[in-house]
Amino acid sequence: MTRDAAVSAEAPLAADLHLPARSRPAGRLLDVLVRSIVPVALALVVGGILLLGLGRNPLTFYGNIWKGGIETGAWQDSAIRMAPFLLIAAGLTVIFRANIWNLGYNGQFLLGAALVSGYGPPLVNKVPLALAIVVLFVLAGAAGALWTVIPALLKARYGTNEIITTLMMSFIGIDLASILIKGPFHDATTPLPQTRVVPLNKMLPSIPGTRIHAGLLVAFAAILVVHYILTRTSWGLRLQIMGANPRAARHFGINLPRLIVVAFLASGALVGLAAAADILGLWGYIRTGWNPAYGDTIIPFVFLARLNALAVVPFIAFFAVLSTGGDLAAQQANLPTDFLLVLVGLILLFMTVIEYMGRRRELGASYLTPGLKQALRAPLLRGRSA
Amino acid sequence: MIVASQIWTQIFWTSLVAGGLLAGVPIMFTALGETISERAGVLNIGLEGMMLLGAYFGFLGAYYGHSVWIGYLAGIAAGMAASVFMVVLCVWLGLDQIVVGIAITLAGEGITSVLYQTHFSSTEPRLGAAATDPIPLLDRIPVLGKPINGQFPLFSQPLIVYLGLAFAGVLAWIFRSTNIGLNLRAAGEKPEALDAAGVSVVSTRSYAALATGALAGLGGAYLSIVGTGGFQTFLTQGQGFMAIVIAMLARGRPVGVVAGSLLFGIALSLSTLLQLVGINFSTEVVHMLPFAAIIVALILFARRAYLPPALALPYVRGAR
Repeated sequence: MTRDAAVSAEAPLAADLHLPARSRPAGRLLDVLVRSIVPVALALVVGGILLLGLGRNPLTFYGNIWKGGIETGAWQDSAIRMAPFLLIAAGLTVIFRANIWNLGYNGQFLLGAALVSGYGPPLVNKVPLALAIVVLFVLAGAAGALWTVIPALLKARYGTNEIITTLMMSFIGIDLASILIKGPFHDATTPLPQTRVVPLNKMLPSIPGTRIHAGLLVAFAAILVVHYILTRTSWGLRLQIMGANPRAARHFGINLPRLIVVAFLASGALVGLAAAADILGLWGYIRTGWNPAYGDTIIPFVFLARLNALAVVPFIAFFAVLSTGGDLAAQQANLPTDFLLVLVGLILLFMTVIEYMGRRRELGASYLTPGLKQALRAPLLRGRSA
Repeated sequence: MIVASQIWTQIFWTSLVAGGLLAGVPIMFTALGETISERAGVLNIGLEGMMLLGAYFGFLGAYYGHSVWIGYLAGIAAGMAASVFMVVLCVWLGLDQIVVGIAITLAGEGITSVLYQTHFSSTEPRLGAAATDPIPLLDRIPVLGKPINGQFPLFSQPLIVYLGLAFAGVLAWIFRSTNIGLNLRAAGEKPEALDAAGVSVVSTRSYAALATGALAGLGGAYLSIVGTGGFQTFLTQGQGFMAIVIAMLARGRPVGVVAGSLLFGIALSLSTLLQLVGINFSTEVVHMLPFAAIIVALILFARRAYLPPALALPYVRGAR
């Protein structure tokens, strides 16, 4: 009974995104490119129209994104942002492949960040730097993983909707991080609610010749490992089977509850690592109220990459440029950076529509469902018969 | 001494009731909306975005229209406009309800933040206190009726609150005793059966999703017009998600939704209340309480949370 609960009420998400593409490789590549790039292009166009409506020049806006995200060394800032983005994307890819929603990434991230900036400053002064960094990464990963345990167990045991539980845990985690920062991790030398700062020379080292910190290398390594596990191991295959059809997975004798829990832990751990990379590489401390909510905007790109860990890299690179340059562009246009949220929302909407149309074409049907055609035609037909 | 403690308790209890209502009513409207669409098989994760849109446009309507009712109507219209996306993409085309819901939430957050900050960031206008409509005689009952310190308990609320409470009752009756309610429930429980009975699953679900948008918009409008007296970016702070949980735990029963929302409202308003009586509690701990309560409730009653079997599954005629 309980196992049934774990498999019921699954939206066929991963199944939709993993449809066998056409047999011809060239056609397939084109297909993938169209489905990935068209939604982004459409979103940028509609975003441009919205900018016009707000009385801003879209060409200047997008030009400033290019300027602030790529030109004159700004690409290094974009690359720095990629580190946490990629790690979160890896974490989301793992769990979405299983057709499970981990939407608690903000709480997992902030708890990891709070622990790293709380224990980081004392630790880097006491033990060798390499050891300290490893310990802090492990700590953040463990915190992120720990924060998924309750949703994972509820999902595995009772099939409780994980969207709700992860969101609730996320809100709790954000508050808990605040409590930690104001309480045990508070920097006594300042009245501001913030932690002590990791000394600049004890942060993650830079990649030689650049300002980019080594967290980016960690992120790339994580992407490679995740991709290998998901595509080349039996665990990855089991995960994909569960995502595509939990019932079939159970018939294969796959231990679904255990798989759910392990996938959740891996996802949370990767999100925690993202926090460690971001704090140790870029910020060095954390203040209450700071919640970058990276995951919210990364979800669409994980889907655009069709839950493929390698394919996510170019999308994340694109988004890193968009968000780095977007800060400058929004500032120049006197708009809040939240405008980027609109763009990301549009990308998601267009992505689902394009995905849908592509699937219908693949199955040899027309672009619209019969019901919708009927609905569109009905007024005309009514007029004719009367 | 005895007199002092009596006043203390009365202020305390009045504030408890009033604060719970003030914070709970927006969630109540939204959760009632979610109940309708969940029963019909549409999981609306975009509530947060719809609430924010309702809050912004409700504020706009009340500010320029000089009437709370214009504000409520504007909020309802904004929520419905957002739910049109849900209807077309999820109900008609059968696209993934969760992805579209996330998109609506993100876009709602972005749009309201951009509009508010471009138009009002320098002025940050406030609305006056909303007029209340005390019920004659009942408003003399202490704790439940008598306003103290500008706190308005149960029988001294704006008219819209009474209407909302009445609507919950009507909704319960609709679900239980009318054909519309039967159709709605069938659309979530077994859409094939509804289709076989000659009722369109798609249009049933469309109306349900539109009603959800309207109610979420109204909840948001109440929040900005009465609750805070103005709009701020990210005003809702996760209340849309709370509404989803309440609808789930109430198992589709409107009366349960009302009770859950008011309990939640009390938990949300507890921090100001505790400060009022001189207990200084960490705001984070208090803020975390309602979420922690839900997690505990889910752990304890996980077996009993009920969702319709066809929830979040698009209906395709003839598909197995």
